[in-house]
Amino acid sequence: MISLYILFVLVGMGALFGVLIALAHKKMAVETDPRIHEVDDILPKGQCGACGYAGCMAYAEAVVKNPDVAPNLCIPGKEAVALEVARITGKNPAPVELKLATVRCAGTYAKANRVFEYKGIRDCVAANMLQGGSKGCRYGCLGYGTCKEACQFGAMTMTPEGLPRVNPERCTGCGKCAQVCPRSVIQLYDLGIHVRVNCNSRDKGQVSRQNCQVSCIACGICSKQCPHGAIKIDNFLAVVDHAVCREKCSDPVCLAKCPTKAITLAVLGVAPGDEDQLDAASGIAARH
Amino acid sequence: MEYILLFLGAAVVNNFVLTRFLGLCIFFGVSKNFNASVSMGMAVISVMTMSSMIAWVISNGILVPLQLTFLNTIVFVIVIATFVQLLEMFIKKFVPTLYGVWGIYLLLVATNCIVLAVPLINADKHYDFFTSTVNALGSSSGFALALILMSSLREKLQYAKVPKTLEGLGVSFVLAGLLALSFQGFGGMIPLE
Repeated sequence: MISLYILFVLVGMGALFGVLIALAHKKMAVETDPRIHEVDDILPKGQCGACGYAGCMAYAEAVVKNPDVAPNLCIPGKEAVALEVARITGKNPAPVELKLATVRCAGTYAKANRVFEYKGIRDCVAANMLQGGSKGCRYGCLGYGTCKEACQFGAMTMTPEGLPRVNPERCTGCGKCAQVCPRSVIQLYDLGIHVRVNCNSRDKGQVSRQNCQVSCIACGICSKQCPHGAIKIDNFLAVVDHAVCREKCSDPVCLAKCPTKAITLAVLGVAPGDEDQLDAASGIAARH
Repeated sequence: MEYILLFLGAAVVNNFVLTRFLGLCIFFGVSKNFNASVSMGMAVISVMTMSSMIAWVISNGILVPLQLTFLNTIVFVIVIATFVQLLEMFIKKFVPTLYGVWGIYLLLVATNCIVLAVPLINADKHYDFFTSTVNALGSSSGFALALILMSSLREKLQYAKVPKTLEGLGVSFVLAGLLALSFQGFGGMIPLE
């Protein structure tokens, strides 16, 4: 008898509530703006949050409903998506600032010292916690590929020499890799920069040189040689003012003058440490 | 007097989060910012009070006469889930401004343990309708209070220098522990019956 009651109560309640919800769903349906779904459909769905919203749907809703939200915030979507979003929402299309993740370290296994052998978890954050990692340089890339794991677009690969390489065709500039890197080796630079400093070391020159053959030793030659004053030494590291560099300089003397070759041309798809390709790039510089 | 004591007892002395350690998922999930925690608190108060009323009616109208009180948990889950769904649709349609303020938190509440705990406690203690409602109101106000306190603390925490390993959730748990410790000071003032 009691099992019958149970059956009756549960089935009855389930059916009743089901019908109630179905009815309510019909009666109280709220029409949403169809443009929200249209925008959501064309977004890349990486859910990367580079736009500043919780996800693609949240951005779609904001850009349709709020006239102050710009249509060009989706960085992974690049130009094409920005134009589409602008068209759907009827806003003025604005260009997307294209960014590219750039690895600021050229310390391959051959070039940079290791002070001990790390056999722990293959993860940069974990390695960094253990005595600051096995690399002699406290600022360089640890090479365990945490950035590669974080990339949702498959734009990163690890070279056999132990550095990440960014595929510029796939990199959307969302900045996830830069966030997870425990040493901030990766930074986002504008797509069209001229030269780049392949080093992140803030150590004094002597220490840097001991740790790595291709580090910036803060000698200041680049800073003195640059006719446009686009490079300065900040905290023992050469920092390039890319706006000045790109605008004024057609013949970067810094490349040839740098004693450790820490400054190179910023050639798309060439990872620091890729010797052949860097040489080819220097060739381009010579022809410049 | 009895009801005031019950209310205070449920809200402060036997606070759900800080002395009974229920509803921790929302407590940590939504306490990052003050405005969100106020909205969440409002959502919890309304949902908990109303759902415990409905649960009382169903429990005492159907389950007690049929001697099916062992079904309390499962029935309350269905009732609360349905009620929250309906409430969400209702305010989305008729009170869009209110929906903008705390609508998105409603569904989070639907699957929360403290919303389920209150009707269960009411049924367990055989409270009458009014006592149950006061109990639910007190418990949910206590939850909102804890949430708002916690979010104010966590907003301050953003300016503090926290050791790397404790950043984020870690230090929040430490903070919640301290908060719970201070609430233990009320312990025993108004005992659970």
